[in-house]
Amino acid sequence: MLGSVYAMVAVALTLSIGILRFLNFSIPGLFMIGAMATWALVHRAVPWPLAAGAALLIGAAASLLVEFFTWRRMRMVEHFVPLVSSMAFLILFEHLAIVFWGSELRTLPALFGNADWRVGGLVIGLPQLMALISSMALIFILTQLLARTRLGRALRTIAEDSDTALLLGVDIGRIVPVVFVMSGLFAAFAGVVFALNYRQVHPFMGEMVGLKAISAMIVGGMGNVWGSIAGGVIIGMVEVMSIGYFGADFVDIAVYGLLLLILFIRPTGLFTGGLVGHARL
Amino acid sequence: MSGYLEGVMVLLAVNVVLAYGGFLPLAAGQLNLGLAGFAAIGAYASAYLSNVLNLSPLIAIPAAGIVAGLVALAVAVPVLRTRGIYLALATFALGQIVQAVILNLELVGGAAGYPVAAFIRFPTVALVAAVVVVLVCLLFATRFGIAVTAVHDDERVADLMGIDVRAFQVAAFTLGSIIAGIGGGLYAHHFSFIEAQYFNISLSITIVLYVLLGGTQTVLGPLLGAAMFTLLPEVLRASASWRYIVFAGALIVLMALRPEGLITGADVRRLFARASPS
Repeated sequence: MLGSVYAMVAVALTLSIGILRFLNFSIPGLFMIGAMATWALVHRAVPWPLAAGAALLIGAAASLLVEFFTWRRMRMVEHFVPLVSSMAFLILFEHLAIVFWGSELRTLPALFGNADWRVGGLVIGLPQLMALISSMALIFILTQLLARTRLGRALRTIAEDSDTALLLGVDIGRIVPVVFVMSGLFAAFAGVVFALNYRQVHPFMGEMVGLKAISAMIVGGMGNVWGSIAGGVIIGMVEVMSIGYFGADFVDIAVYGLLLLILFIRPTGLFTGGLVGHARL
Repeated sequence: MSGYLEGVMVLLAVNVVLAYGGFLPLAAGQLNLGLAGFAAIGAYASAYLSNVLNLSPLIAIPAAGIVAGLVALAVAVPVLRTRGIYLALATFALGQIVQAVILNLELVGGAAGYPVAAFIRFPTVALVAAVVVVLVCLLFATRFGIAVTAVHDDERVADLMGIDVRAFQVAAFTLGSIIAGIGGGLYAHHFSFIEAQYFNISLSITIVLYVLLGGTQTVLGPLLGAAMFTLLPEVLRASASWRYIVFAGALIVLMALRPEGLITGADVRRLFARASPS
């Protein structure tokens, strides 16, 4: 379950790096905004579907703001300058959240009562199942969008070579914001799912999940949508297994050790075959 | 000098040292996102050396810097086979690992933190910081500086000119990590207490931000960036969160308007052209 949250955030990251070659560190912040906005609205007695929708809109809007200040002005500068700006956005979002929503751990009320299915000895939470299905559906829609539509073709062209794309008449200035909206939506959706399922939100929650999602993306192969999902599952499994075998203290060592090992032996990640658009379908 | 002022000044000196640790790899076109990890290695190694082996801090701190450099070398050599942002990602992972390992290392106190017996005052810290700054300036006046700048500006052309690109990148990265280790050691021996939580990813990011704000094209950039952004929040005296908001906001705007940093190579040349009429 946590694996699917990692996978969604990793997909948001991979969209950005696959198409724009931009490692967008503000995405953990957008994840946090999605989750905390859900809490803030539910807390003010807004029905949860409305709150979730509004949180998605806020996430997408915040992502556009990031686009305006990082990508739009910095196409010509050194490759790590947008990365650093996006980190500044992460710091900005976290501390704005503290100012507006406080730094405490906030708890959402239980919204779905006791909606568990019992199949044999297995307990399946209905909300969890819904979250899993809807996130898989979203990712499937994304891959179809990239493979089949005109927009998808334009995005794949940019991923291949943005200068050539410009020459071929792809309006980069209008399409790049779409990438940011999409990755913002994915990150915020992951945040909403997290808030509704785990019912605990916090201004720094993005760092924990986001840093693991970055690891998931690299392990899976940067720019490959299915690789990101596989990476999310692998990181989730490594976490659970290292808790099982070595205890909770060693989770970070195991996860980041795996990341470092992958970078040593196979820096392109486990699943190569390239950019978002090339995800084999 | 009051205790508060001394604390701020020491922090300024430490930040300047750390900023030069981040500057060296950046000057060669590589990003080190694990500076806090190397600073932590320096802090804990120097503390261990002076606590357990009773070494003088002035020996323990450089020795700890070398330990940090060795770790950097072990990471840089395999990772720098590839281009692009892989070193940044590997250093990011390393920083997280160092923090997690220290949290679990009972030898140096684990999560409870590690007290440091030896104590150095501001003049010593400032002296070490000044030596680091002068050494880096001198280094960039040599062939090394020219070669590193060439690698930064265009790897391919530098390669064609007979510069061993990878060797210079590894060297700049390792030297930077030694400096970061020294910075960590200074911090440990002034504040007398270190904990792994201090050396987190935010610290690494903040240091890189100092350098980029100051500018990576000249040797003076990190000095300016670190000084400005250590002192400015103290002057503003706002609440901790608003400080970060102002810092991040200023950074985003500055990066958007002036992505090369506050002072660029062209600025320095202009300044010198004016100073010496020819």
